[in-house]
Amino acid sequence: MRAALSGAALLGAFAISLVAVLTFTRPPINIVATGNPGTGMQLNYVPKQVAAALAINQVPAALPPIDAGPPASTVYKNVQVLGNVSSGAFTRLMVSMTNWVAPQQGCNYCHVAGNFADDSKYTKVIARRMLQMTIAVNTKYTNHVGNVGVTCYTCHRGAPMPSQIWFTGATPGSGAGLLETSMGKNLPALAINNSSLPSDPFTPFLLNHENIRDQGTTALPSGNTQSIKQTDWTYALMMHYSQALGVNCAFCHNSQAFSDWSESTPQRLTAFYAEAMLRDLNTNYMVPLTSTFPAGQRGPMGDVAKINCATCHQGVYKPLFGAAMAAQFPPLLGVGASATAAVTPIAMPSVMPNSSIPTTDSTKP
Amino acid sequence: MTEYQNIFTRVQIRGPLHAGPPVSGSIFQREGKPFYSYLMGIIGNAQVGPLYLGSLGVASLISGFIAIEIIGLNMWASVGWNPILFIRDLPWLALEPPAPANGLRIPPLNQGGWWLMAGFFLTAAMVLWFFRMYRRARQLGLGTHMAWAWGAAIWLYFVLGFLRPLLMGSWGEAPPFGIFPHLDWTVSFSLRYGNLYYDPFHMLSIVFLYGSVLLFAMHAATILAVSRFGGEKEVEQSVDRGTASERAALFWRWTMGFNATMESIHRWAWWFAVLTPLTGGIGILLTGTVTDNWFLWAVKHGVAPHYAPIYSHAVDPATLQGGKP
Repeated sequence: MRAALSGAALLGAFAISLVAVLTFTRPPINIVATGNPGTGMQLNYVPKQVAAALAINQVPAALPPIDAGPPASTVYKNVQVLGNVSSGAFTRLMVSMTNWVAPQQGCNYCHVAGNFADDSKYTKVIARRMLQMTIAVNTKYTNHVGNVGVTCYTCHRGAPMPSQIWFTGATPGSGAGLLETSMGKNLPALAINNSSLPSDPFTPFLLNHENIRDQGTTALPSGNTQSIKQTDWTYALMMHYSQALGVNCAFCHNSQAFSDWSESTPQRLTAFYAEAMLRDLNTNYMVPLTSTFPAGQRGPMGDVAKINCATCHQGVYKPLFGAAMAAQFPPLLGVGASATAAVTPIAMPSVMPNSSIPTTDSTKP
Repeated sequence: MTEYQNIFTRVQIRGPLHAGPPVSGSIFQREGKPFYSYLMGIIGNAQVGPLYLGSLGVASLISGFIAIEIIGLNMWASVGWNPILFIRDLPWLALEPPAPANGLRIPPLNQGGWWLMAGFFLTAAMVLWFFRMYRRARQLGLGTHMAWAWGAAIWLYFVLGFLRPLLMGSWGEAPPFGIFPHLDWTVSFSLRYGNLYYDPFHMLSIVFLYGSVLLFAMHAATILAVSRFGGEKEVEQSVDRGTASERAALFWRWTMGFNATMESIHRWAWWFAVLTPLTGGIGILLTGTVTDNWFLWAVKHGVAPHYAPIYSHAVDPATLQGGKP
């Protein structure tokens, strides 16, 4: 009996250490304090995780810059977006796009061999629209992307389909049968850090324009009818932000009062502008392409692949650690481009906040 | 010295099995043939059984079984009746309360009706168990302290799942039945109502909870420390000089100038334990009904500071012109 007891104790100890070894973050953890003293606002860096993130977020070598030759539209036929770009810069960008998006498949992934002007491949139609989208992000949404901007590689990373995309999940409350219908939550949700929170907060917030704000704004009740269940959805969205950027809540918020802007960091403002950007990209660029994509590349509900934070960020607070990749490709910044989506830019505050990580020792009151 | 350094009970009493005095005035008798167990003996009494269930116990167990069955089958259905997924994903699975749009109406079974039914049977099980504890205590000629302590726990459960949703006008405000989901609910609750840590009754509940732990550790350590003098015979020693009881009292009086008595330490412990869910329940009941944001409430009443902004331009962009698309 004593042997059995010791055996059970040993087995239990082994199971506990297994969980600890497999799931716990091992030290060292480097901590950077960011907020007011005593608020516990801090950023945590685990050297191993930082090294792993650095390894998979390297910028590929850019082709030597060329900006020579007559406008592309005079050399090539059916150039709808980059017509005013010099043919040298145009060709350089086309070859770069192949390297970024279809390095295995080559030019013929989008182009009909022998007739580059032909639009009969669906991939070319999508690529053109994505080009417009990239230019729109770099020109209209500098309130989010700053001077860094994005390129095709920011999302694609050498694959025709970006690895971090999302599809609409089953509508909560849908489904027949006697037993409880799907609530859109309570299953391990990979995009929400494997939590049991709603697994698709993207459809309501990053495609549709549901209210993200739940927290009461007055000490006593004054008409805020947001429910705890609605808060679950915002909570899920925030967990996605956190996971997609590899940061904790304190990167943007003082957890004392999550909704309070005066105690938040400038990063929260950057994230705020991303919401409008993502709604625009998903609604005006991705959704209209739904029928262009073959059925096999669409989601379980038949919807098109869409964009969230992870699509670009891929676990890092700035995609590719803020490497200024787009600057090496002026056409992607809108230089010489035409036919960008005709949507008026969003007004920005007169001064853009500093978007680097604050070092607070000198700014503490 | 090492004789006293034991993790488990040192003495196991074995003798003729004792069924206890006969049960009077009840349709049911004690069930099961009693037996001795060495393993049970190292953590408690070596004699296991007999057990008195009685009508209240049977009714309570049936109600509890129904509730667990409703919850479990709905969870299992949510993974398509896959037994492996049911085990693997069990911590994630839940039975959700009705959507807020249903208000206090009784929705169809698959849209929260099952949640209401599970809640009803779980509540019934707990309340029946309360009466069972009450009646067992009375039968043995005891006070009813244990029943009321259990009642305090029922109060917190009742506030969370019934009273507060009733006052808020929506079953959707109640927590789901599920391991991770009810923890997520707790966080969402705090997020929605501006940080529950600033709720003074939540503060009190934490004080009593941690206080209970402290008192438990102090009392248990004291009794174990004087067990070499027979300290576990607390009450019969308390009127004599030089006993384990007096040494325990002197230890604390000479350590901190004041000591509880063998009687009062149990009153301290009982009240701390009972006040934990009592104050916690009050704190939950006030949230959303009387206050909407505990942090702002705490700032308003000078409980918490509003820190000065340390970053420039920290304004809500939605309030800027054109900021909200």
